[in-house]
Amino acid sequence: MNAAASHPPTGPSKSDAPVLQAVGLSKSFGPVEVLKDISLEVRAGEVHAIIGENGAGKSTLMKLLAGHLQPSRGELHIDGETVTLADPVEAERRGIVLVHQEILLAPDLTVAQNVYLGREVGNGLTVDDRLMNEGARRAVRDLGAEIDPTVVVGRLSIAQRQLVQIARVLLVPHRVVIFDEPTASLTPVEAEALLKVIAEIRTKGTAVLYISHRLQEVKQIADRVTVLRDGRLVASRQAAELQPVDMAMLMVGRDVAKLYPDHQTAAARQTVLEVEDFSVPGFAQHASFKLGRGEILGFAGLVGAGRTELMEGIVGLRHGRGTIRLNGTPVHFPNVDASLKAGIVYLSEDRKGKGLLLAKDLRTNLTLASLGRFVRGLLIDKGKETAALDKAIADFDIRARRKDMLAGQLSGGNQQKLLLAKMMLLDPSIIIIDEPTRGIDIGTKEQIYKFIAKLASEGRSIIVVSSEMQELIGICDRIVVMRSAHIAGEVAGNEMTEDRIVVLATGVKSEEAA
Amino acid sequence: MTDLAANKPSARISWRNIDLAAVAPFVALALLLVLGAFANPNFISIDNLLNVLTRSAFIAIIAVGATFVISSGGLDLSVGSMVAFVASLTIMFLNSGAFAGPGAMLAAAVVVAILIGAACGLANGLITTLGRIEPFIATLGTMGIYRGLTTWLSQGGAITLRSPDIQSLYRPAYFGSVLGVPVPIIVIVATAALGAFVLYRTRYGRHVLAVGSNEDVARYSGIPVSRVRTLAYVIQGLCVAVTCLLYIPRLGSTSATTGLMWELQAITAVVIGGTALRGGVGRIWGTVCGAFILEIVGNIMLLSNFVSEYLIGAIQGAIIIVAMLVQRSLARR
Repeated sequence: MNAAASHPPTGPSKSDAPVLQAVGLSKSFGPVEVLKDISLEVRAGEVHAIIGENGAGKSTLMKLLAGHLQPSRGELHIDGETVTLADPVEAERRGIVLVHQEILLAPDLTVAQNVYLGREVGNGLTVDDRLMNEGARRAVRDLGAEIDPTVVVGRLSIAQRQLVQIARVLLVPHRVVIFDEPTASLTPVEAEALLKVIAEIRTKGTAVLYISHRLQEVKQIADRVTVLRDGRLVASRQAAELQPVDMAMLMVGRDVAKLYPDHQTAAARQTVLEVEDFSVPGFAQHASFKLGRGEILGFAGLVGAGRTELMEGIVGLRHGRGTIRLNGTPVHFPNVDASLKAGIVYLSEDRKGKGLLLAKDLRTNLTLASLGRFVRGLLIDKGKETAALDKAIADFDIRARRKDMLAGQLSGGNQQKLLLAKMMLLDPSIIIIDEPTRGIDIGTKEQIYKFIAKLASEGRSIIVVSSEMQELIGICDRIVVMRSAHIAGEVAGNEMTEDRIVVLATGVKSEEAA
Repeated sequence: MTDLAANKPSARISWRNIDLAAVAPFVALALLLVLGAFANPNFISIDNLLNVLTRSAFIAIIAVGATFVISSGGLDLSVGSMVAFVASLTIMFLNSGAFAGPGAMLAAAVVVAILIGAACGLANGLITTLGRIEPFIATLGTMGIYRGLTTWLSQGGAITLRSPDIQSLYRPAYFGSVLGVPVPIIVIVATAALGAFVLYRTRYGRHVLAVGSNEDVARYSGIPVSRVRTLAYVIQGLCVAVTCLLYIPRLGSTSATTGLMWELQAITAVVIGGTALRGGVGRIWGTVCGAFILEIVGNIMLLSNFVSEYLIGAIQGAIIIVAMLVQRSLARR
């Protein structure tokens, strides 16, 4: 590890002795070994990225380091001293804090109340709201954001909640901060801001462990990169030595140069869906666009630009006003049932909250939206359902250890495949898919892109809403960009570049936006 | 990672795949039977057991309906009052002499009870879904309304079935038996079997569990969430009506205190039976088992001299807490 000299400069407080060191960590759940013999170290003033596909063991490793889980074998050293982290409280006491991937805040409490939850400031009897509001405002401002500390968290956007969560964690005196995919639900602009925050934390001499799927980010922020695959450490190198494509290869164990499938862009397409002057009160105003047969249409924009709400309005999940023409005929969908019957399906960005019943098995989830097809007389035909599950598992390559496992036990990528399979049972002609690859590893992403291209080649029309611009550019024929509830513009062909999209999404020239 | 962590049971050998939480109430019932036999040899006699099961009928049948409401993510506190209300109206109808013969009168009364029960359930359902009021509050309101209307109808006294012809014709509905099995027990089994069929085998039942499990997922899947919920309350109302039809021949009269606290006993039976109060999981046969357990505990206390029977309420209260603790510890395995 003495290659430290070749690092980019990372601040004065950087030292050579590791703050936190893992030696031969292994973790088994029953007979399943999810982590095997992992050794790594992180130094003060260093960002150490941990990358790997879903199921590679990244989150388990982080949980071991933060005291949420105990290793089956191996040791942890802090400042060279062997320690046992019995629980997260002890880890925090030793200065190791974890920023969870999921947002764990009380939605009915204010920003300040959340930031200080469990460590309220006061005189012992009453709490000092003014002091905490001021402290929370400062903590959030340190992260480069301005959020009113007296607003309840339920009213904030996902990105703002993420910042509040980070502010809350950083309030603990810390030496090692672990970020578990912090940018997964952020737009590029927000992610960029967060990376600056992390760089800031590093210069203060804090050691940072950083998990992410976004390899560009890793390349940008990390000093050192450790790659996990199937619970093993396959490489640990200086970030300077690795390009994103190398990282991807190490993660997947094969060449992933061709992430996006070929997709023929037809010149003239028959319009199947025409949305005209459509508004979803409070979220989208006067939106008009057309979707052609077999077309893949992207929807780009910042989180909160109203993309999701526009789609939900179109399919009848929200109240909307305006004209929708399906194959030339004006239609109105008072509820989702109506749009499903018309052959339009919407796959929510919130897979776990709105897409799948996590506590139910795969079969129940698969047939939930199309149960009518599995009913004989009054009875549900479980044999037919099981046959459909077998077919879905084969068609969509759903990797389930057991067919009777619960949807919540699948990895994110396999959940997305299951959700796709569930909606495809309705044999839709129009598929609206919101954040199709959020929180999904590269290997599965590639598969999802292939599915989308295949569905389009079958003559189905597809709308992809995504915050990942590269993904939209890679798979779409055209991209509509939304900015604060309006459609800001549309790009196609050679115009589909990140710069053009950012300009439209933010309303400022790219130099200013950066 | 996370899926692996949650997937511990994947390596279990087959007999351990049995859902312990589902079996627990039946094990508890068996243990109680053994305990009862030790406490008093009379307990285990067929006559006593049939008697106990017969007396559990009211709660068991109401609780089958409550299983639907609770597993759809709702709650109905009004069932006890609803029994008083529906039974009172049905007796008043029987006293009205609208039809000539006692047989025709009874047949019409069955229809009347069912219609009133369904209407009461529908009211609960519409108030919670269309009115968007928390089920706890909505049914707390109708609980007061149904009880108050009963008190008003009876003018604070009792409403009694007057015609002796109807009484003697109706009596076997509670006191009769078929092939040695008392009618109420047959009704329990029939209601539960029908309930289990609907909940486990039909599309509507699947929708109930989906709505209770995650309302958003159900909505995004095109399931008419409000209709599913409302129908669950109607099913509850129908179960109350069936209970009333068994209740009237037993005592032949109702008063303002009829069915008092039955809602708590019904919810207790549902929870003991393994249905999750947060919705998404429903166990009809567990619920029936829970109702048996409640009645058997009372019976053992009566037959034995260890504990004063005045403590029955306290013991039943303790049972619900113990049942929850046991289920949670089983779920963690």
